[in-house]
Amino acid sequence: MTPLAGCLLVSALLFSVGLAGALTRRSAILVLAGIELMLNAANLNFIAFWRFGAHPEFLTGLIFVIFSIAVAAAEAAVGLALILAIYRHARTSDVSEITEMKG
Amino acid sequence: MTLPFLILAIMTLAGGVAAMTMRRLVHCALALVVSFAGLSALYLNLGAEFAGLAQLLVYVGAIAILIVFAILLTRGGEGEPEGAFSPAGIVGAVVALAVFAVLAWAVETSGVARAGVTVAAPQITMREIGFALMQRYVLPLEVIALMLTAAMIGAVILALREKRNDSAGDSGAAQKQGLRA
Amino acid sequence: MMRPESMSWIVRNLWLIPALPMAAAAVSALLKRSERRLSAGLAIGSMGISLVLSLMAFAEALADPARRVVTFNWMQFGDQWVQLGWLLDPLAAVMLVMVSFVGLLIFIYSLGYMAHDDNFTRFFCFMSLFAGAMLGVVIANSLLLLFMCWEVVGLTSYLLIGFWFHRPAAAAAAKKAFITTRVGDLGLLIGMVWLYGQTGTLLFYNSGAGCLERTAVAGMEAHLTVAGMAVSTAIGLLIFCGAAGKSGQVPLHVWLPDAMEGPTPVSALIHAATMVAAGVYLVARVYPLMSGSALEVVAWVGAITAIFAACIAVAQNDIKRILAYSTVSQLGYMMLGLGVGGVAVGMFHLITHAFFKALLFLGAGSVIHGCTEDQDIRNMGGLRRFMPVTFAAYACGMLALCGFPLFAGFWSKDAILHAAHGWGVSQGPFYLGAVGALLTAFYMTRQMYYVFLGQRRLAEATVSPAAVAAHEIPAEQIEPVVSARTGEVCIIEHPHESPAVTTQPLVVLAVFAVLLGFVGTPAWPWFQSFLAGESAGLDFGRFGEAGLLPLMAVSSLIVFAGLGLGWWFYGRKPILHATDPDALEKIQPGVFHALANRLYVDELYGVTVIALTRFCAGFAAWLDRWIFGGAVRIVAWMVTGVGWLDAGVDRFVVNGGFDEGCRDVARGGRLLSHFQNGRVQNYLRVIAVALVVLAAILLWGRRG
Repeated sequence: MTPLAGCLLVSALLFSVGLAGALTRRSAILVLAGIELMLNAANLNFIAFWRFGAHPEFLTGLIFVIFSIAVAAAEAAVGLALILAIYRHARTSDVSEITEMKG
Repeated sequence: MTLPFLILAIMTLAGGVAAMTMRRLVHCALALVVSFAGLSALYLNLGAEFAGLAQLLVYVGAIAILIVFAILLTRGGEGEPEGAFSPAGIVGAVVALAVFAVLAWAVETSGVARAGVTVAAPQITMREIGFALMQRYVLPLEVIALMLTAAMIGAVILALREKRNDSAGDSGAAQKQGLRA
Repeated sequence: MMRPESMSWIVRNLWLIPALPMAAAAVSALLKRSERRLSAGLAIGSMGISLVLSLMAFAEALADPARRVVTFNWMQFGDQWVQLGWLLDPLAAVMLVMVSFVGLLIFIYSLGYMAHDDNFTRFFCFMSLFAGAMLGVVIANSLLLLFMCWEVVGLTSYLLIGFWFHRPAAAAAAKKAFITTRVGDLGLLIGMVWLYGQTGTLLFYNSGAGCLERTAVAGMEAHLTVAGMAVSTAIGLLIFCGAAGKSGQVPLHVWLPDAMEGPTPVSALIHAATMVAAGVYLVARVYPLMSGSALEVVAWVGAITAIFAACIAVAQNDIKRILAYSTVSQLGYMMLGLGVGGVAVGMFHLITHAFFKALLFLGAGSVIHGCTEDQDIRNMGGLRRFMPVTFAAYACGMLALCGFPLFAGFWSKDAILHAAHGWGVSQGPFYLGAVGALLTAFYMTRQMYYVFLGQRRLAEATVSPAAVAAHEIPAEQIEPVVSARTGEVCIIEHPHESPAVTTQPLVVLAVFAVLLGFVGTPAWPWFQSFLAGESAGLDFGRFGEAGLLPLMAVSSLIVFAGLGLGWWFYGRKPILHATDPDALEKIQPGVFHALANRLYVDELYGVTVIALTRFCAGFAAWLDRWIFGGAVRIVAWMVTGVGWLDAGVDRFVVNGGFDEGCRDVARGGRLLSHFQNGRVQNYLRVIAVALVVLAAILLWGRRG
């Protein structure tokens, strides 16, 4: 197995762990944490492809990860603020009880 | 596939698994920190120093702290004795497993697993990253800056206490209780 | 044309003059309603800077009266660039100073007048936009740019007439103004397109290549069109249509009196001093296009408007409406001056009129404000005692408007009459103008007697004691009396003088209304020479020109006669009651009623133009209903027949299957709605499953 494939497998595992958490946990905060893990798995993919790709001197993957981290920071801030607002409104942060969007 | 890589990968994955399975939310947050730190070390290992340090600063330094605060403010610190997992949790786990299977299959069939490309670690200086950010990627950088500002304002507005008249005392009491816990 | 670099700073940056008020409008459009001080400050500040820049431009034109133009590329069509630009010549410089100065004074006045309005911020936003666009009209060196600013001016006029849009009359007046001026603007637009087709440019002056310069005009004069008319004449007349709409010339004058529904500062700025004069300015600007026959039309239209509106003004009872008709009449004089005497004569009257008519409107606003928003002159009377400053200023404006000797209006109106007298084509306009001058003096005297002199007629402006306490009305303004109608004791509010912020602009304008005429007297025709780019010397000998002094004596006599007639009818016996019939009405009730009803022009339009439109609409509706509708109906019957046939098949064959299908769809929907249960994790799970399926399909496909 090449280093690239190893990285990709680690990333896939991390993604699945994050997805499992997001799908199974009741706490909205942990759902968000799972999503963060998935995002990080994607970042790891970018770094791996940049590192083992044909043109590491172009920096594309690296720069993408930097931007992605910035976006993730914004996403986490807004997401947690939303959870706080929902908690204040619904008195719970249990996603299986928050069903306001029921169609 | 080197030993440091394996150790760091195991640390990252173990942190992730722990974060997603532990019952007390605070423990989960701490496990998450371990996972993020491991990931950042992985980046360093792969030669992406700048991204690794940014990861450390942003995730371990900022997002983890935010998550801990959110846990405290939503009384999550009390723990969830029963029902940490959703009723349909097992289905979710199976689906996640299926996703992993499909991803692994994709990696396996894509050919990268067998192609023997081993490039020497690229020598990237901070100077080059700086030039790339300030010249080629300056517009995305500005957009990201604007978006961060907007997200900050939005987060503040969302998290602001709503109206004083709608049971402000109640909410305050709830928060105090949360902090005590 | 000089290279831009060699021009002075002010010429290169002339665009700042309109841009500043527009920028102020843009900023105050974004302000909150409560930011009153900021918006007023922005408007007045930008207008002040524009005034300073205009004075600089004026000084520049004074130092070197040669025409300077700056041109820039605006838009590319094919291989042609549409060019826009601005110019500085004495004509533009004079207008710049007038517009920005009068505008600034009216802005300051509005501070006091609009102080209690909820939409103060919006008001200043619109006013700034108007001022910017008007200044743009003045400096435009391209008919296209002029037209754009012209339309913005029309838009702001619409917005400001309808400023109190919750009053149905104001909303209707705004629409009327907009649509009526549009009729004229259509002519202007056609003229503009034609002009572009003929000359290939819309720049007025462009170092020999502009559409007003010799080669282009000569080409258009040589080219004949229908009825042996030169193209330049036709285009000039089309442009004059736009000018007539904007300047309220007969027959498009009907909107201007109704426009008085807007706030008084708007009436003063837009519908007396600047916008309505834009038509006159436009004709003056395109004067090289105007050949002899076009000018004849201009002169006749002007003369007819002058006397027509003056007649109507005699019988109006609304203080602002009298002034509005007076404005229409004076605009007619300006057009007459342009037609018979050239640019300088018309423009001189434009400038003096702007000052004294703004003064009169602002004075009327002060009166209205002091009389608790009543505009009917029959309810006023005796206001001289209560509002001395307003009275004095108003009297100056009134005498200037009448053309009382040595006041501003005297010199400018006299120049027009002198030119009309010397006109070779016909003496008709001169006599019309002279009678118009008599009527002007008469109706202004009537207004003075009704409003300021005599005794106070109406004591019905009552306020309750609670209102007195709430508004803290000063004690000297109120007086408890026994009401004649109800026999109860009530408190009346006396008319009161307006605050200083309102009266000071009046005083400034009054000074100009008295003195401004001296820049254009026959002995020292500085204004006329300045517009022509010459220098003028003081020479009293020019009074000796043939026929000048007698003519002046005649016109003075006419004014005195008008004043005397006014006194005879309205001053001799004081008007005692608001309900008393007008003195003229007693003598000639039929004529008076016709005049009071504005000679039924609106009704005439109602039964002609509007009825025609309505008839066309009705005919189209009939056509639609019976001819096209009939065809449609025949087709419909045929289709219905086929439908009957089909229905049989349908009901028994298709419907059964369709109903079954519907039931299936409904069942499916109900099933799917279970997925839409508001649980995030459910959605996420579905997405993940979809991802798995999709990736599996892709990978499976690639494998093979």
